Amino acid sequence: MAELDYAMKDQGALSPPSTTQIALRINGKAHTLRIEPRVSLLDALREYLDLTGAKKGCNQGACGACTVLVDGQRTLSCLAFAVQYEGTEITTIEGLAADGALHPLQAAFVEEDGFQCGYCTPGQICSAVGMIREFQNGLPSAVTNDVSASVMELSQEEIKERMSGNLCRCGAYVGICAAIGKAFESGATL
Amino acid sequence: MKNFAYSRAETVEGAVSLFSQHTNSKFLGGGTNLVDLMRENIEQPDALIDVTRLSPAGIGDAGIAELADGGISIAAAVRNSAVANHHLVRERYPLLSQAILFGASGQIRNMATTGGNLMQRTRCYYFYDQAARCNKRMPGAGCDAIGGFNRMHAILGASDRCIATHPSDMCVALAALDAMVHVEGAGGKRSIAINAFHRLPGDTPHLETSLGPDELITAIHLPPLAFAKNSRYRKVRDRASYAFALVSVAAALQVEDGAIRNVRLALGGVAHKPWRAYTAEKTMAGAKAGRETFQRAAEAELSEARGYGYNDFKIELAKRTIVGALSELAEAGGIR
Repeated sequence: MAELDYAMKDQGALSPPSTTQIALRINGKAHTLRIEPRVSLLDALREYLDLTGAKKGCNQGACGACTVLVDGQRTLSCLAFAVQYEGTEITTIEGLAADGALHPLQAAFVEEDGFQCGYCTPGQICSAVGMIREFQNGLPSAVTNDVSASVMELSQEEIKERMSGNLCRCGAYVGICAAIGKAFESGATL
Repeated sequence: MKNFAYSRAETVEGAVSLFSQHTNSKFLGGGTNLVDLMRENIEQPDALIDVTRLSPAGIGDAGIAELADGGISIAAAVRNSAVANHHLVRERYPLLSQAILFGASGQIRNMATTGGNLMQRTRCYYFYDQAARCNKRMPGAGCDAIGGFNRMHAILGASDRCIATHPSDMCVALAALDAMVHVEGAGGKRSIAINAFHRLPGDTPHLETSLGPDELITAIHLPPLAFAKNSRYRKVRDRASYAFALVSVAAALQVEDGAIRNVRLALGGVAHKPWRAYTAEKTMAGAKAGRETFQRAAEAELSEARGYGYNDFKIELAKRTIVGALSELAEAGGIR
């Protein structure tokens, strides 16, 4: 709990503590926790539930290291209050592998050297899973020439634009984009 | 961050009633701006009323409906990605779809709501820096952006109190489309024209919108505008993706027999509000469609622009972006 106390002090706890009990569904499991409303989804995952895969990079929505999936959509857990996400299905990097087998995007990141230090990787992979789903749902992007067209190609240019919310300080972008392209083209269920 | 009381509204009436139970409440949408401002202690609400459940979740079609007049209604809690992806928006108002897709990142667009996008606050560094003077954060304190690093700041409609810009891309498209903002408060319902919704700074830069203190945005209506099929959002920024606009242009154009029949033009990144370019539009009405007319319109719109040092370049950049965007539209099929 030492870490938790530190986290609370870090946030400048000046008002009287007031907690609330919330229920979250994460990676298919129900969790009940008692937290203050100001606890972010990222802190709830990391400090209360020991799900430390999602990372705290900038803590202001600029880097994407905290990306998780909420009802299948990529979401920044640092800009989310945990209390807002009751009744949703949250998937973190810990929930992507099925029966001990890597998720196709995880395997592609390994094969294509999609990381160096690995800090941004859980966010990159969760983001890529959500991004591919968005693409398959027909969502255009800023580099899609005709937003009214229904057929698009997931080119490297599209991957770069759609993944621009995830920063990698090691600069492993070439591997990251190659891994995403490869996983998408493999036709595996993502 | 200061702690707060949280409640989740199930109805608009419930949200307005919950709001009035605390002296310092705020409505909470996707949180992509408010959470950050609270973490910086710039916003310190006692209570947050979560209004995200007032419209259906997800990036499906729910919450967006065609109106009897051929326009579109977008519920306030519909996420930005859902608006950008809606087939009616993509077909009839491509500039709106593009404006949203040019803003923020995929994750943020999935979280941010339509109403919340309108309520975004400026990203002026001095507004965010508690050690700096800011009339918006602390009325009467002064403005450190004037005479400071003001590369991102306003060139139109600014005052000697504030030169901050409005950060939204989506709202620039809404300004061009004459969107209507539907709101509800304890006093009832009303609608506000988008171009009267955001304010210029004047002597009161801390007052950013014409929304009443207890009013909640419930929906945005887009009026029918057939020629908006030929429309475009062009954004100029310091990097190719995930950056705020230095200058942006939302434009729609209809040309008949070589003459401009209809035109809509709005600018982003240049003022305290999305800047509808009425002067340029008047200059172009009925004129020959072409670079000469577009240049004349741009010069007219920017004739009263003023730079503050580091942002002087924006005046020429705005003109060129206007000419570029309109020329592209003229070539793309605006001429028939």
